[in-house]
Order: sequence, then C-alpha cells, then structure tokens
Amino acid sequence: MSSLTALDARTRYVLGLGDDALIMSHRLGEWITRAPQLEEDVALANLGLDLLGQARALLTHAGALEGAGRDEDALAYRRDERDFLNLQIVEIPNGDFAVTTARALAFSAYQFELYTRLAESSDETLAAIAAKAVKEVAYHRDHATQWTLRLGDGTEEGHRRMQAGLAVVWPYVDEIFEPDPNTAAAVHDGVAVDVTVMYEPWRQYVHGVIDEATLAVPEASFRATGGRQGIHTESMGYLLAEMQHLHRAHPGATW
Amino acid sequence: MNDWPLWEVFVRARRGLSHQHVGSLHAPDAQMALRNARDIYTRRSEGVSIWVVPASEITASSPDEKDAFFDPAGDKTYRHPTFYNIPDEVQHL
Repeated sequence: MSSLTALDARTRYVLGLGDDALIMSHRLGEWITRAPQLEEDVALANLGLDLLGQARALLTHAGALEGAGRDEDALAYRRDERDFLNLQIVEIPNGDFAVTTARALAFSAYQFELYTRLAESSDETLAAIAAKAVKEVAYHRDHATQWTLRLGDGTEEGHRRMQAGLAVVWPYVDEIFEPDPNTAAAVHDGVAVDVTVMYEPWRQYVHGVIDEATLAVPEASFRATGGRQGIHTESMGYLLAEMQHLHRAHPGATW
Repeated sequence: MNDWPLWEVFVRARRGLSHQHVGSLHAPDAQMALRNARDIYTRRSEGVSIWVVPASEITASSPDEKDAFFDPAGDKTYRHPTFYNIPDEVQHL
C-alpha cells in the first residue's frame, strides 16, 4: 500500500521534481564508461551530477516538509516503485546515444522552463534551489541542442538514428504538461508552476531545434501517463533494483 | 571513433591573467570543443574564459632545432635587466 496518499500537495510536488532529477541522473550515470567518446563520457557524467545535486536538495526539502524524519537517503533508497512520483520520460532506458539525446532535449527544455518560473515560487527554499539549477539546465539544454543539430543535420546514419530517437521519446512528452490534480493546491498557493503555461515556450524551443536539425516532429505512437501517481514502466523496477541494492544490503553504509 | 580532430585548450583563470595552455581533447568541431573543454578543464571553477585551437594549426619549434634556437641566449646574461641600480625613490617597480 502506498504511503503517499497522506502527503500534502506541496510535499508531493517537491518529491515529484526530486524524483525526476534523481532518476534522470541515474540514467545519465549509466553512460559512464559507455559513451561514444571519452570527452562525451565526462560531459554526460557532469550533467548527471548536476541533476543528482538538484535531487539531493529537492528530496531533503521534501523530507523536511513531510516532517516524518525521512532524509534524502531514506527517500531515494527506501521507497518502492509505486512511491516514486517521477515522470515516465526520465525512466525509459537510454537506448542509443540518439535516444538519450532526444530525451535530454525534451526533458532539459522542460526543466529550463520549470526552474525559470520556480525561481519565483512562494516557497523560498524551492525558489533558491530553482535559481541555482536553472543555470545548470540551461547548459543541459544547450548540450542536447548541439547534439540534436549535429546528428540530425550530419550524416545519413546520424539523421536516421536521431529521427528514430525522437520517435522513442515522443510518447512520453505529453505527460510532462499534464496537470496533476494531487498538486493543484500547490499551484494555487504559488508554490508550484502550472505545467500548462510551459507547453508553448517549450514547443517553440524544441520544435525550433528539431526543425533546424532537418528532422520532423514525430507523431506519438501512444500517450504515456501516470508517473506522478506512482505508475511506472517496466524498466523502472530494474532501475530501482540497481540504484537501491547497495543501500538496502548495507543500510547506512558510508564511504 | 578516433576520427575527431585534436584541439588544444587554453583557459584564463581570472580576469587580468592571460590564457594558459591546460591540455588537449577531441571534438567534432570548434563549438563542441569549447563545450568539452568546459566539462573537462573547468569543472572545479578553474576558469572564466576558454580558447580552443585546432592542434593542426599550431606550428611548433622542433626538438632538433633546440640548440640553434635556444642555446645562443644562454650566455647573454646582459639581456637580463639586472645591471641597473634602481634609485630608492622609485616605487612600484
């Protein structure tokens, strides 16, 4: 049984954002030693570490808001799949470098719009976290943009793979801009950002990049939903097993 | 993928200092070289400005020419400005 039903809207909102950053960070970390070039290996790890830092701050804040004594580690390592509130776009497997790039473009462009607005949140802690994070995700967005342009408007093979990567990711895009009824009160209080206002600026940026890269905005083959309610894809359980097993096998382990 | 060209990276640590050579990296083009340099050489706040230069564009002196290039300067100590007496009144020199 999920323990989340008792959480108030603000705690739930912060937890969702923290989970987005945490799970995306884990996926980027999976590229370490596997990237196409040593330089790109370091770059992806850097992006992942930025997100891990955001996750730590957000989960710590969520734990404080919840007031049940759970710290960042308890929230990251001791929750089960149904208690994670991240969007499904961050949990789908990395695929090839083009899938990773397509996901990074969609997600970092969203995070950029989000943190820009969240820096004005009535929750001062959240506003401070967002103000710092927006500079990081501005770089993430640029990194994804540069690669989308080079793969899309480069060789025939790069173009084909980048277009295929967009097709893998696009079914998960709509969920980003789906209002979550469980956190509507936080939007009303000026704590959270209304996701619907971010769609248009996101669309302009992302579609502009796809256009410039000589690619086509794909039709989503289906429409994913449910991440903010703790509903996840098949790959989420495997991800958590890898992410959590050390902490669960050796509780309180430090290094 | 070993076909990416090599770039030499220069980082300026602070305003007022000159760019210093810090190392090299591979990148497909100049813009990506700048970004890779940012990730590899400035992740601990080492710099405020980066230059990248294609390694192939650098003309270097040859080790074979070392004697002809550099040894003649070795015994010309009069080129060092150490033979002037500086008056005590001169400050900030």
